[in-house]
Amino acid sequence: MAQYLLSVHTSPDTTGNAMTPDRIAEMQAMEQEMKETGAWLFSGRLTGPEVATVVRATEGETLTTDGPFVESKEHLGGFYVVEADDLDDALRWAARTSAIIGQPIEVRPFWDTSA
Amino acid sequence: MTGPAEAAIGRVFRAESGRSVATLVRVFGQLDLAEDAVQDAFELALTVWARDGLPPNPGGWITTTARRCAIDRLRRDVRGRQLLGEVALLEHEPAREGVGAVPDDRLRLIFTCCHPALAPEARVALTLRLLGGLRTDEVARAFLVAEPTMAQRLVRAKRKVRLARIPYRVPGATELPGRLRAVLAVLYLIYNAGAEPGAPPSTAELRAEAIRLARLLTGLLPDEPEVTGLLALLLLTEARFATRTGGDGTLVLLRDQDRSAWDSELIAEGRRLVRACLRRDEPGPYQLQAAINAVHTDADSVATTDWHQILALYDQLLAVAPTPVVALNRAVVVGEVHGPQAALDLLDRLDLAGYHAFHATRADLLHRLGRTGEAAVAYEEAANLATSPAERRHLAARSREAGPGTR
Repeated sequence: MAQYLLSVHTSPDTTGNAMTPDRIAEMQAMEQEMKETGAWLFSGRLTGPEVATVVRATEGETLTTDGPFVESKEHLGGFYVVEADDLDDALRWAARTSAIIGQPIEVRPFWDTSA
Repeated sequence: MTGPAEAAIGRVFRAESGRSVATLVRVFGQLDLAEDAVQDAFELALTVWARDGLPPNPGGWITTTARRCAIDRLRRDVRGRQLLGEVALLEHEPAREGVGAVPDDRLRLIFTCCHPALAPEARVALTLRLLGGLRTDEVARAFLVAEPTMAQRLVRAKRKVRLARIPYRVPGATELPGRLRAVLAVLYLIYNAGAEPGAPPSTAELRAEAIRLARLLTGLLPDEPEVTGLLALLLLTEARFATRTGGDGTLVLLRDQDRSAWDSELIAEGRRLVRACLRRDEPGPYQLQAAINAVHTDADSVATTDWHQILALYDQLLAVAPTPVVALNRAVVVGEVHGPQAALDLLDRLDLAGYHAFHATRADLLHRLGRTGEAAVAYEEAANLATSPAERRHLAARSREAGPGTR
């Protein structure tokens, strides 16, 4: 088994798009299935980058600034952390998520800390 | 020192290393280890076979020896010894493949190498290295890149396979068609890299390797007509390969090729395969292209070619693969059936101004219509866009023949 981050990047063009009740129901059904099969480890939807704060602690001094770490059009909007047999297994969850939210999903494995 | 043993080892290596690597990947689950251990085994073979002669089953000897070499390598560190324990457990589980035919290890490995999560150039490199047994410098030379670049490409690809856990498995029924397309595309790409007009001789190996792998895949997946279609297409293309370029490296067009020099054995096999796969009535792009080639090989000249049948096949091909390049090739056939003006009308609707073959085709049609000035200009345009020196020379010569260009 391996753990994967399934993330969606949102841009100002897509952030405002609210999901229809049908889509939300599909999403919930998929998450339910993820939980029942033991794939679901964690998931969340993030607020916008304008709400982010960056902290830098160097040489005993802590500098706190407003805004995201990188100014860019696209930001991490939400993610799943899933447990999967292999990449194909993770890609299947990603494909289903992508079909529901209509956005590409990036799939990245976590380092295997047991190795 | 190139004794008979070394020559034999070279032959065995090309034929067997893919199978041994695939088996070791199944047992140990690591591409690098499998590759290194098979390499170790061949190095041992160099001394042992020179001393004792060739074993009765050289491939089996290599796999058994490589397995032992892999275990030796693993014993050297803690993590390896842990893995060895796991391997031993698996080895004692009988029939873990379940009931039914046990798929060839190489079939699994080709789906790993051609996984869509890898970049296309990485798929090609991995397939040639792991299944084809080509050395890194050979793969690099064939694709005209520096050896360190190719080595890095292979290292990165293997690292992704390991870290992302790209599976070593034949995909299930729902995923198989898409994944198989990726595999066939890799084999076709390998062949074409060795078939570029004016390609250096070092790339000839690629054509042989693509055919060998297509043959292997046909044997492993006999019920997939597109696999058979690809093999047929490669054989029918290969049969005519030598006649495609003249002694001085210039391009020889189909109508000028010496048909008596076509390889009749490859043609016979290709045609037999075309008939076999088309009978299943699931035509796909490779089968249709193979069928088109089969019709060409049926005629003793361009004049006696059954262009109507070729056009019917192109109509089908355009339906399953509606790309501008297929449309361009179909237009050439329309030119043979309905005349150059009809073909030119089709061409004018295509958006291929950056493709040299588009201008070359236009030039030929204009030439046939007696519009020589425009033809010369189009040939020149094609020559400027062509990437291979052989094609550039050919097109520039045609431009000069057509006479001074007028727009």
